[in-house]
Amino acid sequence: MGLIGKSVFRKEAWEKVTGTARYTADYPATDSLHAKIVVSPYAHAVIKSIHIAKAKEVFGVRAVITGEHFPLTGEEIRDRPVLAKNKVRHHGEAVALVVADTPQQAKRAAELIEVEYEQLPVVHSPTEALKPNAPLVHEQLGSYKKEDRVYPEPGTNVANRTKIRKGSMERGWNLSEVVVEERFSFSPSDHAAMETRCSTAEIHPDGNVYIMTSSQAPFMVKRLIHDYFGVDIGKIVVETPLVGGAYGGKASIQLELLAFIASIAVGGRKVRILNIREQDMLTSPCHIGLDATVKLGSTRDGKIQAAELLFLFDGGAYSDKGADLNRAAAVDCTGPYDIDHVWCDSLCVYTNHPYAAPFRGFSHSELLFTVERTMDVLADKLGMDRLQLRYINAIRPGDTTPTQVKLNKSNVGNLPECIVRLKKMIDWDMGMIQDLGNDKLRVKGVSCIWKTSTIESDAGSGVTLSFNPDGSINLISGVIEIGTGTKTILAQILAERLKMDIRMVHVQMKVNTQSTPEHWKTVASRGTFMAGRAVLAAAEDLIEQLKSIASCVLRVQAADLEVGYGKVFLRDEPETHLDIKDVAYGYVYPNGNGIGGQIIGRGHYNLRRLTYLDKETGAGKPGPEWSVGAQAVEIEYDKKHLTYRIVRAFSAVDIGTVLNEKAARGQVMGAMSMGLAFGGRETFVFDEWGRVLNPQLRTYRPLRYGEHPEYHVEFVVTPQLDAAYGARGAGEHGLMGMPAALGNALSLAAGVKLNELPLIPEQIWKMKQKEGHSHASL
Amino acid sequence: MISARLTVNDEEREIAFWPSDTLLFVLRERLGLTGAKPGCLNGDCGACTVNVNGTAMKSCLMLAVEGMNQTIRTIEGLKDSPIQHAFIEHFAFQCGYCTPGFIMNINSLLKKHPNADDSTIKEFLSSNICRCTGYQEIEKAVKSLLKINREDKAGLPNDE
Ligand code: FES
Ligand code: FES
Repeated sequence: MGLIGKSVFRKEAWEKVTGTARYTADYPATDSLHAKIVVSPYAHAVIKSIHIAKAKEVFGVRAVITGEHFPLTGEEIRDRPVLAKNKVRHHGEAVALVVADTPQQAKRAAELIEVEYEQLPVVHSPTEALKPNAPLVHEQLGSYKKEDRVYPEPGTNVANRTKIRKGSMERGWNLSEVVVEERFSFSPSDHAAMETRCSTAEIHPDGNVYIMTSSQAPFMVKRLIHDYFGVDIGKIVVETPLVGGAYGGKASIQLELLAFIASIAVGGRKVRILNIREQDMLTSPCHIGLDATVKLGSTRDGKIQAAELLFLFDGGAYSDKGADLNRAAAVDCTGPYDIDHVWCDSLCVYTNHPYAAPFRGFSHSELLFTVERTMDVLADKLGMDRLQLRYINAIRPGDTTPTQVKLNKSNVGNLPECIVRLKKMIDWDMGMIQDLGNDKLRVKGVSCIWKTSTIESDAGSGVTLSFNPDGSINLISGVIEIGTGTKTILAQILAERLKMDIRMVHVQMKVNTQSTPEHWKTVASRGTFMAGRAVLAAAEDLIEQLKSIASCVLRVQAADLEVGYGKVFLRDEPETHLDIKDVAYGYVYPNGNGIGGQIIGRGHYNLRRLTYLDKETGAGKPGPEWSVGAQAVEIEYDKKHLTYRIVRAFSAVDIGTVLNEKAARGQVMGAMSMGLAFGGRETFVFDEWGRVLNPQLRTYRPLRYGEHPEYHVEFVVTPQLDAAYGARGAGEHGLMGMPAALGNALSLAAGVKLNELPLIPEQIWKMKQKEGHSHASL
Repeated sequence: MISARLTVNDEEREIAFWPSDTLLFVLRERLGLTGAKPGCLNGDCGACTVNVNGTAMKSCLMLAVEGMNQTIRTIEGLKDSPIQHAFIEHFAFQCGYCTPGFIMNINSLLKKHPNADDSTIKEFLSSNICRCTGYQEIEKAVKSLLKINREDKAGLPNDE
């Protein structure tokens, strides 16, 4: 059918351009009560008292809930109360919940709740958090329940520490003739999905719990409500319709728990919570911050011998997925380079900042900013071309990763080829700087990327296929349509396998955990890989059943039959065939006898042969494959005003076989846009009390139309043998190198090292001031 | 509560609402027109954009009472329009949450400026945020609709 690579339109396209596409908050709420959250105005404070009497008097109020009697929650460490108990640990933390007939009444009542606080000293950064006398964010860290492979350090603010010990550092430094060391820092920021999170919950008299939520992980919602509240897991049904952008932020389970306790408080009635933007940014989890030190040693001819890295992730007040993010950063800590001697400590540290959810790239854009900036510093010190240094050290088949996985042609893409391709795309040989006159410079910055997915070692995905009487097929997968187009790509995979018209594949967009086979979580660019394999398995199941019925009817062996083009036919005599539509619901002989019934196929895929990481050395196999790429940005820099414009942005990425060309480009460009915004301007701005000053989209500014550069994307194709038609993950990679490439371009343009994000003119000015001063004092 | 008539998508509807209710709230919760989305309720994101007398308006910043005696068009009132086709063909959306707002904004833009130049397009579209795409796809979709780039040169639905 030749569907692979075709830019098939999204299956839900017409829904989305006509306003009929429904997201969680679009489902009618006439039968629902509404909840509003009262949040903490402080970053760290003891709750002295909560007065709810006035709120209770507001007309329409059905319940006011505070934190006393709920279990602690958390995916890695159970450190987070559903509602704050005794003290608050970040600005925006949920303290109380009001349930009322209308959102307006709930809001009015929420405003009448008086909470008395006594402020505590605030932990402002992970670096500060590790100082000997730092206040403790969690005094009871040692008593929390936790998963096996998380290593909190009670009595400190360390939530988790992952160690990488590869080779011998002594030997590495001995072999190094040139050494550079750089420090980096940036604060937490936000995903800012256009759809703010929304959850509804109701509990029926038979004890069944129904939740609808804008989530990337409805199956995890089901598991965790079971784990935390002891509800029978089979009695929990979670539905997720289309999701209005997620980028990792909706992989954490938070608002669902509030909706659930709200429903308990009103006797099981349906309650809806729709985040307002401010609470979506502060109360629900955000994008992680980082302080880091990177030290690289190399021979004079540019072969890197040693890397020593310290990552202090700003996990915020609660560990949530932060304690997994630091692990994922450790796994790929060197960036995409072959380095024999590696020491890395990657920590998730508690601070009094909003806590972190995954963010597109799962800590990779963050770690790569630090490594790729240091690569430029090293190249300069060596007097070497920046891409040449990267090319020499690029990870290749036969090399080992920091966790000592041996790479081969299938499980790592072709980075050298990406670098070569990028070089051409950006006319690298024309030079990095061009003086345009008038105090304007055109400057290029580059970076390289890689990533594997550090997810559950046995994560899986299931798919069911069922026929309609016309031979068309319903495709049901647990992948959430968060905008990546994965469900359309699954339809392409199916149509390709069955050699059928893709219009005959009907995709169910909504996920219902009771009727949809489980897909672990729609994260880590693993949707196409895992669900794609499950689709192929389910297609085999269909084919076998079709053949078995047809073999009776045609009086041949099943093994002699083929399926495709809407038919089951004899391999060497295709005229002898049955139309699939005549078998899809079983076959009826002319005399009325029937055999078979509606054909239903099922398929499953589980990640295999992945291992846990060794606690002391980090050795282990965390993910199935590594995607790689090389990226660049070109800026126009104004030397006088220290301002800049991003003119062009480039990606040469190896995502294996490209299944849907335009969709893949869209994923890469969209991710690049997000990476440029993260690197260039997005951050929470904190005051001295740890309060976030800009939780609104007019003060927290994503890129807008007209601020976008020209995007150039090229694909290098190294098929992953294990994946459906060889496709690698593609959803995150565009983002990962953008902050670094931007930082590299600007550092070169401004003539100062820019190691803090976001890269706003003020930051450049500050660094210039600092340099000026240090020169003056020399 | 007041009871009033609003003309939405060529239909006159009688509804009861509070004078303090925003147009966005009434469209979504009273009329079941959920195409316009809440994104910030603060005028910052444009997800709630509708057309009022052919002008792009953020329905979170407008009271429903202000919509009386006006011609209101939401995404649901746009059927099979060239903009919708262009958005699909150019892959101008991913999650789709910002899409109704962008399309209604563009609907007004093209009505008023059928051959809009870059700065006019920017002036209109910079009031909406799309977090998924890189905007390049949206740019292509819009530009494909400029009269100079179109074969049919036909107009778009007019509410002015
Ligand atoms: S909801 Fe109206 S502008 Fe954001
Ligand atoms: S398509 Fe998701 S925000 Fe625009």
